Parts: sequence; C-alpha cells; structure tokens
Amino acid sequence: MWEGFRHFADTYLMWNEGPLIWMSDVLILLTSIGIVAVLTYFKKWKWLWDEWLTTVDHKKIGIMYLICALLMFFRGGVDALLMRTQLALPNNHFLDAEHYDQIFTTHGTIMILFMAMPFIFALFNIAVPLQIGARDVAFPYLNAISFWLFFFGALLFNISFVFGGSPDAGWTSYPPLSELAFDKGPGENFYLLGLQISGIGSIATGINFMATILKMRAPGMTLMRMPLFTWSVLAACVVIIFAFPALTVALALLLLDRIVGTHFFTILHGGNPMMFINLFWIWGHPEVYIVILPAFGVFSEVVATFARKRIFGYGSMVVALMAISVISFFVWVHHFFTMGAGADVNTFFAVATMAVGIPTGVKVFNWLFTMYRGRIRMSLPMLWTVAFVPCFAIGGATGVMLAVAPADYQYHNSYFLIAHFHQVLIGGTVFGMLAGMYYWWPKMFGFLLDERLGRWAFWFFNIGFYVCFMPQYALGFMGMQRRMYTYPADLGWGTLNFISTIGAYLMGIGFLFMVAQIIYSIRYGQRDLTGDPWDGRTLEWSLPSPVPHYNFAVIPTVEDRDYWWVLKQQGRTQELRPRPEEIQPIHMPKNSGRPFLMGVAFFVAGIGFVFNWYVLAVLGLLGVVACMVARAFEYDDEYHIPVEEVQHTEAALGRL
Amino acid sequence: MAVMEHHLHEASGARRHLPMEYRDVHQSLRILGFWLFLATDMLLFACLFATYLVLRTHTDGGPTPRELFDVPGFTAETFILLTSSFTGGLATLAMRNGKKGQLIGWLAVTMLLGLSFVALEAQEFVKDALEGATMQRSAFLSSFFTLVGTHGSHVSVGIVWMFLTLLQVLRRGITPITARKVFIVNLYWHFLDVVWVFIFTIVYLSGVVM
Repeated sequence: MWEGFRHFADTYLMWNEGPLIWMSDVLILLTSIGIVAVLTYFKKWKWLWDEWLTTVDHKKIGIMYLICALLMFFRGGVDALLMRTQLALPNNHFLDAEHYDQIFTTHGTIMILFMAMPFIFALFNIAVPLQIGARDVAFPYLNAISFWLFFFGALLFNISFVFGGSPDAGWTSYPPLSELAFDKGPGENFYLLGLQISGIGSIATGINFMATILKMRAPGMTLMRMPLFTWSVLAACVVIIFAFPALTVALALLLLDRIVGTHFFTILHGGNPMMFINLFWIWGHPEVYIVILPAFGVFSEVVATFARKRIFGYGSMVVALMAISVISFFVWVHHFFTMGAGADVNTFFAVATMAVGIPTGVKVFNWLFTMYRGRIRMSLPMLWTVAFVPCFAIGGATGVMLAVAPADYQYHNSYFLIAHFHQVLIGGTVFGMLAGMYYWWPKMFGFLLDERLGRWAFWFFNIGFYVCFMPQYALGFMGMQRRMYTYPADLGWGTLNFISTIGAYLMGIGFLFMVAQIIYSIRYGQRDLTGDPWDGRTLEWSLPSPVPHYNFAVIPTVEDRDYWWVLKQQGRTQELRPRPEEIQPIHMPKNSGRPFLMGVAFFVAGIGFVFNWYVLAVLGLLGVVACMVARAFEYDDEYHIPVEEVQHTEAALGRL
Repeated sequence: MAVMEHHLHEASGARRHLPMEYRDVHQSLRILGFWLFLATDMLLFACLFATYLVLRTHTDGGPTPRELFDVPGFTAETFILLTSSFTGGLATLAMRNGKKGQLIGWLAVTMLLGLSFVALEAQEFVKDALEGATMQRSAFLSSFFTLVGTHGSHVSVGIVWMFLTLLQVLRRGITPITARKVFIVNLYWHFLDVVWVFIFTIVYLSGVVM
C-alpha cells in the first residue's frame, strides 16, 4: 500500500524532485481549499453556477477570459523570472538544465496560447457586439463552448507542472526532439493535447466573430462605418480561420507519432521533421498577427478617443489590416531560413516579410497624424498607446534586420531574435491588451482603475522592459544563443545578463502594481455613472456601465462613422435612449451547463490520451459525443424578456 | 442566438421567396457559420494532402502506392460515394418541396450508401494491414492512412449525424429548423464528396499510374 503510494507519488506527482514541487503542491492545495471555503462560507456555489459557469452572455464570457489571461500572465511571468534568475550570473545552478528546459517551454506556450489568446478573446467578447449594436454574438452557445475548451485546454497544460511533468521541447516543440524516442514521459503529450483542445475553441471563436461581424451589425452600420477595433477583429478572424487548421494537423500528426507509432516526423522509416516545422509556422507566423491585429484595433480606438479627433486615414487603416492578414500567410519560412531551402525560396520569404512593414508603417503614421494637433489626454489607455509607438518601431526595425535572409544566418536562434520578438509581442500585443483593458474596464465593471497606481505600474513595466531586452540585442551579437541554461564566465556575457535580469524584476514589480491597482480600485475606484467616462466615440459608450444583459433595449440605427460622437456633437444623444413605445420583448438565448460539461469531458479525454489510459480517453470522448447529441435534440433554448422587465431595467438606469 | 428583430421585420416579407432553410434569419445565419466551418475543415484536409504529397515517395523499402492500391476497390468506393452525394441532393430537393416521406427515404438511401463506402474502406484497410502495410511501416503509409482515414471518419460522423437529423424530421416534420439541419448535413456530405474527388485523383489515381 505504502509502496504503491510512493510509486504513484514519484511517478505522477514527482515528489522525488524536491522541495520546489512540494511547495507548489502545498500552495495549490491551500489555494483550492481557500476557494472552496470562501464559496461555501458565502453560499456562492449556486451563484457561480448560474451566473458564470453556465452563462452564454458575451460580456461575462469576456470577463472570464480576462481573468484567465491575467492569471496566465502571472504564471508565465513567474516562469520568466525563474529563467532570468538562473541567467543572472555565469555558471549559476539555481535551476538545472532539465528544469530550465521545462520552464522556457511553459513560459513561451503560456504567454502565446494561454495569455495573449484569451486576452484578445476577452476584448473581442467585451467590445465587438456592443460596438456593432448587437445583443450578443452570432452563436452564444458556441461562444461558451469556445471558452470552456480554452479553459480546460489551459488547465490540462498547466496541470502537467504538478502531475506527470512539464513539456520540455520548447514552445515550438520541434521533432525529432519532441518524438517519443527522445522525449519520454507525458510532458509533450500534455503540450499536444492542451493546445489541441484550446485550439478547437479558437477556431470556433474565429468562425463565431466572423459571422457576428458580417451578419449582426445594427441597421445602417455598413462595413466602412464599423469601428476600427471591430475591423481588426474581422481581420484577426480571417487569419484564425485560415491558420489554426494547420496547427490542428501539426499537433495531431505529432501525437500520432508519439502514441500510435507512425512516422511523420521521425528520422526513421522515411519521416520528415521539417514537415512539422513547416506546418507549425504556417500557423505560427499568422498566429503572431492574430494577437497583434486586435492590439492595432485597440490603439485606433484609444488614439481617436484621447486625441478627440476622427482617426486619420480610416480607409487606409482598413486596407492595411486586411493587407497584413493576407501577407501573414506568405512569410512563415523566415523562421527557418537556415533550413537550406535555397536562395530563391529564401528571397521570396525575405521580401514578403519586409513587405509587412509597409501596411504596418501606414498604421503607425496614421496614429501619429491622428494625435497631431489633437487635444490629447494622457489617461492610462493613451499612455500605453504612446509607449507602444517607439517600442514597436524598434521591434519592427529589428524584424526587418532579421528578415534579411543572409544576415539571418548570424542572428538565427540568438538572443537578438529573443529581444526582437519580445519587443513586438510585449510592446505590441501586451501594451495593446493593457490599453484595451484600461479602456473597456469601466464598461465591464462600472468603475475606473486608479490612475496613480496605474502610472506606477506603467513606468515600472516600461523602464523594466527596456532594461530587460535592450541588453539582449547586444548579447545576441556577442554570440549568446537562446535556450542555453547557463554560460561560462569568460565569455563576458555576465554584466549584460545581470542588467537584463534587473529589468525583468522591474517588470514583475510593474505587474504587482497592476494587481494592487485592481484590488484598490474595486473598493475605491471612481464609479462610472455616465457610461461614457472617456468621452468616447462608438456605440458601446452610449450604454450604461455595466451594460444590461440584453445590451440595447432598442437596436440603434447608425448614420455615420463614430456615430455616438457625432450625436454628441449635434446634441442628439437622446436619439439613442429607448422610447417606451419602441421597446419590444427581447429574444435571448438560455443559459446552459453543457458547454462546461463538454469542457470537462474534453479534459478527461485529454488526461486519458496523455497517459495512454485509453478507457479514460474513450469515456471522455463519449462524454463529448453525448453533449453534442443532447444539443442536437434541444429545441427550447431561447426565451423572451418581457417588455415590462426591459422598461423596469431601463427606468432604474434612468434611461426612460 | 441573439436577436435580430430589426432584421426580422423587413425580412419576413422579403425572405418569403427564399428556400425554406434560408427563410428564418436565425437559420440562415447558422448556414453561414457552417460554411465558415467548412473552410477550416477544407484547410485541415489541405494540410493532410500536403503532408501526403511530401511523404508519398518515402516508402522505406515497404509497399509503394502502385503495389498497395486496388483499382476495382477504390473505383467502387468512388462510385458509391458520388452516388450518395446525388441522393443527398435529392433529399434536399424533397425537403424544399415539403415531401417528408421522400426526404426520409433519400436520407436513408444516402446513409446506406455511406455505410457501404465505410465498409469497403475498412475492408481495404484491414487487407492492407494484414499484408504488413500498417501505418507504422513507413512515412508514406502513415500519411496515406491518416489522410484517407480522416476522410473515412468524417463520413462515419456524417452517417450518425444524418441519422440524428432523420429522427428529428420524423418527430417534428419539415420546419424551418429541421430544414436548416437537413441542408447543413447535406452541405457536409457534399463537402466530403469533393474531398474524396481529390483523394481519388491525388492519392489513388496518380498512385497507380506513377
């Protein structure tokens, strides 16, 4: 009995690994007990189930995405600090090579797939239906499924840390290293299945928002009257729909290699590892545009609002978004110029890569021209936007340097590359998502985040960013390669690495200020009583904060771009207030627990495949099928909100 | 599915001339969503085709396409699946004409043809495996079984799905909702037929002539 437990603890719980894992177990246990205790003490279980776990409301789903994104930002950030601590000094042995491998793998995977993706989906959900004058997305039930697939995919990936062992082949998981022969144990399976499950959710989100934007716009809102954030979501959805299937295939084939014994990417029996690398980057490069395009959308909204001017060059902004989404599919080989595809192939991809700079440059100049002679207010969203411009310009310039194929033979896989992509992903996506979070926070929660603490967070994070990553460009030129867990003292990399680590900790402090800001503001933050705290331009600011669950009591008819701003200028804002005689019963989707259960079933199947426990895998898949069959026979999934209730709600908000 | 009353008002009159599955805006929205899904599924197959084309010569001394493929077998599979696509179309036609009996009959015929296709394919796979041509033998066989097997499992899912749809038509008759469901399952079926045309030419036909 005891022996059996010892075996289980050592094999699955990795208790033979030492105190770090014991501490994590204790912390996770305490947190879980804490959550359960609080929910039980305050009798919140029913509330949790009715209001959140079963919700199909896009606003609540958006909030859940946001919470997950911030939690994953924390976990990925802790991974980053562990790495920087290890690299602070030469010949350091704070982490051993194996743990370092696991940590850079989980850092990269979490930051891209489980931080950036839910963060953009949070903003999709929160803003898009409100901006286009809709009451929800096209398929609210599917939206809930997307969220729970993301949630349980992320859980599956994260649980590997304390159950079975983390993946350790890098976030790109290149074979043959990631094949069973070289990477035994369940870690890589966790990676493959966690990404696969959340990836299915991402595809569904892409389809959902594409249909929403194409078909659910309020009357009068033509495509060219859409807010630019909505345009950026449309562009991102095009890329999601065309790119994610390649990831699905890459992951599935590698999983087949590992659990069925096929030979897609092995060296043996004719397998070709480069095929994985091609498939991975056919998804992987468009993926970074998927996370940057919505950030561009946020900047367009923020710049226009806080410079109090119509966006400069709206049409060229739209063309640029769409051009980027098309070009994104013609650049993937620049991730492996060193593969040896030949000068002609490399030239094509080098030129295509540089071409991305043209539409991006158009956008940057348009933002600058919008600010020019604007009456700029430096509130938090604008602060992050202004910081984005120089940061992204440097990141873009180093990107063009990397795109020069012959020179890339020097930069390839060096710290120069690390510095480049952190600069565009942090300076672009993270700054953009934070700007968007600050911008729409009052719309979500009805209060503003504290400016003073937010400025502390901003300066720590920004200065920390440059201190952390500028030395890494130099380290790359000095020959330091990515993914090395330590380095000898006589190479002269010590000082720059130490400075870089200081920068990473400054960013960590910035994050702590953000946490403090959120906690402080829940209690003391300025309440948003008008629904329009920033003097906004688009339809979401015509609604009260937080927005009633049906969004618009009466669907508005749009006559111009930035319609809310136009109405304010003309003193016609009353036109967007509902008139009692116009209110009709509102048709809404019912809540459903099934998307959550489907996520659980996928999770069970995932665990089954990770450990080759096929009974469990089959049970999980049967659960998925049962959910789908039950849905097929469900006809009563909608209800009407009666007129009196809408009138009552609107009257209570002082809008009637 | 959220609300679009504002569309419904103008729509109810204007949409009357449309086929039944498109008359209700909520249903036509779902058809659009399904088209978008098909785009993603098509790309999934495109990636599997690309993998197959890269690996098809990587036989590692094992069976080659020419040795493996059985001309009468895959020709029969092709005729059966193409015919099922036609009968699926007849089912949609019966649905639009409001003929419930015919609709159920054609759906049943389509499912039967689908079942025979899957049975033939399973038989082909078992025969190959017994001759030592398993998906673990070579990269060519890994990619062949995965591509054709993914299509076959799609068809199997389609049969179950069509059966569930048939049950709903039996119970509820032809309504805007069941009409949309019949239409979508047939879209899916035709899509699989198109994919098969590519499997037929790129995998089987060019496999035996090369």
